[in-house]
Amino acid sequence: MSARDWLLDESPTSRWQAGAGRAYAAARLLLRNPLAVVGGGIILLLVLTAALAPLIAPESPLGQNLSNRLLPPSSAHWMGTDELGRDIFSRVVFGARITLMIVVLVAVISAPLGMIVGAVSGYFGGWTDRVLMGLTDIFLSMPKLILALAFAAALGPGIENAVIAIAITTWPAYARISRAETMTWRNSEFVAATRLLGASHARIIGRHILPLCASSTIIRVTLDMAGIILTAAGLGFLGLGAQPPLPEWGAMISRGRTFILDQWWVATMPGLAIILVSLGFCFLGDGLRDALDPKGQAKS
Amino acid sequence: MGAAAPSKRLRRPVTATPRPVTAPARLLRHTRSAAGFVVVTALTFLGLLAITFFIGRVIPIDPVLAVVGDRATPAQYEAARVAMGLDRPLAVQFVDYVGDVLRGDLGMSVSTNGPVARDLARVFPATLEMATIGIVIGVLLGVPMGVLAATRQGSWADQFIRVFALLGYSVPAFWLGLVGLAAFYARLGWVAGPGRIDVFYDGLVDQVTGLLLVDSLIGGEPDVFFNALSHIILPATILGFFSLAYIARMTRSFMLDQLSQEYVTTARVKGLPEWRVIWVHAFGPIRVPLITVIGLSYAGLLEGSVMIETVFSWPGIGNYLTTALFNADMNAVLGATLVIGAVFILINKVSDVLYRILDPRSRA
Repeated sequence: MSARDWLLDESPTSRWQAGAGRAYAAARLLLRNPLAVVGGGIILLLVLTAALAPLIAPESPLGQNLSNRLLPPSSAHWMGTDELGRDIFSRVVFGARITLMIVVLVAVISAPLGMIVGAVSGYFGGWTDRVLMGLTDIFLSMPKLILALAFAAALGPGIENAVIAIAITTWPAYARISRAETMTWRNSEFVAATRLLGASHARIIGRHILPLCASSTIIRVTLDMAGIILTAAGLGFLGLGAQPPLPEWGAMISRGRTFILDQWWVATMPGLAIILVSLGFCFLGDGLRDALDPKGQAKS
Repeated sequence: MGAAAPSKRLRRPVTATPRPVTAPARLLRHTRSAAGFVVVTALTFLGLLAITFFIGRVIPIDPVLAVVGDRATPAQYEAARVAMGLDRPLAVQFVDYVGDVLRGDLGMSVSTNGPVARDLARVFPATLEMATIGIVIGVLLGVPMGVLAATRQGSWADQFIRVFALLGYSVPAFWLGLVGLAAFYARLGWVAGPGRIDVFYDGLVDQVTGLLLVDSLIGGEPDVFFNALSHIILPATILGFFSLAYIARMTRSFMLDQLSQEYVTTARVKGLPEWRVIWVHAFGPIRVPLITVIGLSYAGLLEGSVMIETVFSWPGIGNYLTTALFNADMNAVLGATLVIGAVFILINKVSDVLYRILDPRSRA
């Protein structure tokens, strides 16, 4: 039996085989979608750039060289240099680390938070549901960017606070999705069977409900990534996110603002990096939605 | 009478008579849904107030220190603490805060030395003007693009519009503003630079509505009007681009739904011209959901204007907010957050209600 047959087996003998088979099927669907492949490639590029930044960047992101101030893009400095003579390409490369860190931290904080709120709300129903969803709806109907700005302003500048401010504004969408998923599983037979076996509520939610909410939440997180990156860059642009001399893309654009009329490359280059990465997440999210969404599969 | 009754009954359809709804019952249901709307909206506003209160009074490690500075004596500090009402329980403070806001008191701004509410009333029209022109541009371009993409599904035009729309989700507004300034103002000189109007024309027209384009027309000053127009066109177009992305995407998916319906095939089989099939038959039913989409993007533009205004030194609420951020003027930050949040929520809820009123299915 080849590995492919094992993966595509209609009656898997173990949980591990079923999971691997589903992942294989999803990956095949994903690879058939050209935009998703491009998106995935861009994200892979981002991760590699972040991991190998010291090897890729020709110069230090922080080292100043005032004799090389504001040089236009050339073969020596692909993206030119900034007002302190730092190589902008090297700074953009190291900036990938900061962007990746912000994105991962926001996802790690807000997705589980939203999923738990949504699953608890949907599972118990009644007043728990009404209170939790009332709270979620209130957060959902707030303007996200303004709220993140106000939180970041109160918490003070810095990457950690920017992450917290963004996470506070992103979790409600995941709570809504998880609740909708939970409602469809709540009265199913396998949940009733698990309950009869004596499993606690916490175990049912944690081991049986939450994993079922994961795929739709992951899709939504991927689609939200572009927004998260833009908000983080916006906070950096306003001086509320990463602080200089850190090579955060939004903060770099903010520094380049002074020179935009004559030395356009200082502000333009980091912006191109933001657009590329955001587009990558948009493409991948669209593709994931087509490939992973169980409801989408049922339709086709 | 006896003869008229049967013939009358005959004319009525025999099958599936709708359940009779008496007038009082309908009134009751409408009142109930209206009351529900009011309660939900009020609760959402209360939630917004709770959030701004929380941000203003609870998160800063020491709000008193933020006001008196770290060189204050302990006596001064204590006096300020009592004067700010911070010695009382949080719940009492919150009730006071809600009362203040309802009375239109948002506190004093440290940077302008005036009441925040007055500052906001002064700057809000500038934002409203820009966002309104932005949404007009977004609708006028976005809806036809969405329809075009749907009618030519899979063509190069569809792919182009799809990527164009995704760009709207991926381009930082402040970056596009800077690049736009560098290209259209500095290089090409097609539009005027940052600000709302040239210094030369500043204060030339009387303030009636606060909307410069409207005021200059009322005052009969075409020069001012065209100068203001050349200032507003670039930021408003950039702002409009972001709503265009969302509007075009939604229009496309609504249209695709309609075009696959059988009545569209019927209309085509009947030999109607294609433009009539698209714009009358297929477009008709999507007008109602589009209103919600447009309402949502209008609210989004009010929020998105924060970044654009900062880049274009546009004297609106977004610029006021970011200036306040730099000066650590927390009352002004929270006041602006509150106003933008309230308008955002209001537009959201109103477009929701409009949808329900206009959708014939919810009228039954």
